[in-house]
Amino acid sequence: MQKRVAICAVAQIKNDPNLWYARFQNMLLECFEGIMQQTKVSFDMEKGIRTVITCSDDVWDARTISNNGMTDVVGAHFRGEEKMAQESLNGLGYAIASILSGHDDVILYMGHMKESQTESRNMCTNLAFDPFYCRPLGMDFVNVNALQARAYMEKSGVTEKHLAKIVVRSRQKAKGNPFARENEAIKEEDVMKSPLLADPLRQLHYYPATDWAFGMLLCSEERVKEFTDKPVWITGYASCMDSYFLGDKDLTSNFSLKNATERALKKAGIKDVKKDIQLFELCDHAAYQLPMWAEGIGLAKEGNGGKWIDDGGMDEFNVNMSGGMLNGNPLLLGGAARAIECFYQLRGEAGKRQVKGAKRALAQSTYGAAGQHQAVVIFEV
Amino acid sequence: MAHKKNRNVAIIGVGQTKHSSHREDVNQPEMIHEAVSAALKDANLSIKDIDCIVHGNMELFEMIHQPDLWHVLGTGAYGKDSIRITTGGTVGTTLACASDNLVASGMYDIVMAIGFEKLQEGHTTGGITNMADPLWFRNLQTGALTGSTAYDVIQEFGEDRAKRAAMMYRIVMDKHACLNPNAHRAFGLDFDQVETLMNTSPQLVGELRLIHMCSQSDGACAVIFACEKKAKELSKKPVWIRDHITIHREETFNIFGYHKDFPVLKTHKFAAEQLFKRNDIKNPLEYFDVFEMYDPAAWWGLDWLRDFFFLKGDEHLRLVENKEIMIGGSMPINPSGGVIATNPIGATALLRVAEAALQVRGDAGAHQIPKEVKHALASGFGGTMWTVLMMLEKELSW
Repeated sequence: MQKRVAICAVAQIKNDPNLWYARFQNMLLECFEGIMQQTKVSFDMEKGIRTVITCSDDVWDARTISNNGMTDVVGAHFRGEEKMAQESLNGLGYAIASILSGHDDVILYMGHMKESQTESRNMCTNLAFDPFYCRPLGMDFVNVNALQARAYMEKSGVTEKHLAKIVVRSRQKAKGNPFARENEAIKEEDVMKSPLLADPLRQLHYYPATDWAFGMLLCSEERVKEFTDKPVWITGYASCMDSYFLGDKDLTSNFSLKNATERALKKAGIKDVKKDIQLFELCDHAAYQLPMWAEGIGLAKEGNGGKWIDDGGMDEFNVNMSGGMLNGNPLLLGGAARAIECFYQLRGEAGKRQVKGAKRALAQSTYGAAGQHQAVVIFEV
Repeated sequence: MAHKKNRNVAIIGVGQTKHSSHREDVNQPEMIHEAVSAALKDANLSIKDIDCIVHGNMELFEMIHQPDLWHVLGTGAYGKDSIRITTGGTVGTTLACASDNLVASGMYDIVMAIGFEKLQEGHTTGGITNMADPLWFRNLQTGALTGSTAYDVIQEFGEDRAKRAAMMYRIVMDKHACLNPNAHRAFGLDFDQVETLMNTSPQLVGELRLIHMCSQSDGACAVIFACEKKAKELSKKPVWIRDHITIHREETFNIFGYHKDFPVLKTHKFAAEQLFKRNDIKNPLEYFDVFEMYDPAAWWGLDWLRDFFFLKGDEHLRLVENKEIMIGGSMPINPSGGVIATNPIGATALLRVAEAALQVRGDAGAHQIPKEVKHALASGFGGTMWTVLMMLEKELSW
């Protein structure tokens, strides 16, 4: 990219299984006030925030144009408000484009997702399937991920034991993250005995339904000193779309993640992902995805995910020090959660889970059945 | 002083489907593919030339979650960067603004925006009603049917003049739609029907009558945006994006305690003031050669002319009464027939940008306005009275 864009501040509420006492507006207001307190940014038409980007989802909110209910609490009254209706990491990509274009030099980016409100997350994701052929079969993201998990485990030597190790580590790491969902500590046997959702996926292999909201303030390189002394720079972003019908693709190919990674690294001018990046935050909706996406990004050799875990790859490359999605982030905000962890780590503010000397970080997110769409963002200090 | 930009961006291709109440011959990806193919053909490009796809509509209208996933079969997004943005009725213009930003940023050289809706596969009024706060306002909702503007115009100008002007506006739009082969509704109305229609068309909400209101349409629109270098290489008639502005507003309306001396500030007026000020346009009525306005109903179209062009008193009524808004008039409004004729919601506001671009190019066919179009304006409307405005130019001269 020609220039860099700064993240000046982040705010979030704690990930929670069921914020029954708060509407999504309450969740957002807390984040909004956090950003205002940290940055003292204004809504002046010349110098302040003219555009707010939000991230929410109509199906999960059960509201058409769900950003309509957010306008009041994100400061978008008589200002621009544009809604990312995809995975949240793409909203970050769009925010940096809005700044690099010169159209805006300050962007507030906010998002919410309240998974506890839905009767069934499987019913929500069932609606992502075409109404003629796939939806009537009862397909949803869980059972499609199960198909991918089986194929990937065959290819990469990933076993039930590996999956259990990944889940246990996720919960251990999350203990050091004050905003992570509070889950009980578990042992590998607990994971291996947990009920099957769709073979081979077990309940503890899958991210738990979670409520969460966040805010970020981004600005151009020229104006960063007005808002922070410790900016984190975004230097690369790319995404990629794969085929839709499962029969049209090799479920283990990592086609879209490889492309997105290659394009994002090129924009950031990074040649060697293992040497030049010290921290990786991956969207592990399900345990098998962590080694699979590690292969896609180039941390593990293709077809070698099982061995990569045995060799300590997760710790060697500082993967998901936040606990990751397996500990609990909402489905479509996993990417924003990953980006926020990169922000804390690169600022040296990650507390017990701090990776020393980290200068570059990579956040990945995915959405759609079996990782159809992938996005990658590169951060630097 | 023009709004600063990292690099210039132009529209180099537009495509749209035939719009209809029932496109039962195609599914959603197939319908979108028609618009995508038409846009690529118009730009003389292949899908390989597109760097990024920007997709948008309202999920709950057709009840497809993340429809860009399924639509990859028709959008051509396979293997490409792609994003999905939705902002209600304004989404089409938001897609155009987003595409402009994505290209201007330097991240992509050529971006295709795709807006679509297949309203026959859902329930639009039910969907829009579902937008309102479930605790306080959902039970008060009438979907997109709003009669309060008719009430206001009648209060201000008297019943007969107001009703005549609104029906005149409606008939002008129909006359335009009859010239546009892609328009959905084209009835062949004539001015001698003003009196009959203003008294006999079925009432929906107060004086908002069936004939005043836009249709529910199926259709798609695709627009291709390129950086200055590519636009000059690839297109003989690039249409330059000068600037755009988005103004949303609070969810909750001031519906109680309304007083005419303290009118509620409108996003249209605020957006136009901000946009024209930063581009040094003092008299928009004089500056622009054509305006493709998101006019969901005749009363709104009539009323909003005043806000967008800073008109005073009854100037907006006189523009309509004197037929100055017709294709051959001093300020042609919606030569395409506008939203009243054609409304596939996710595509509707992008159609405004596409049609404005065709007018600038001189390629609008039978609904091309007769004078040279150097400066065009397009608007999007949605949500709770939200506005997006985009300025298009023939020359890179600001």
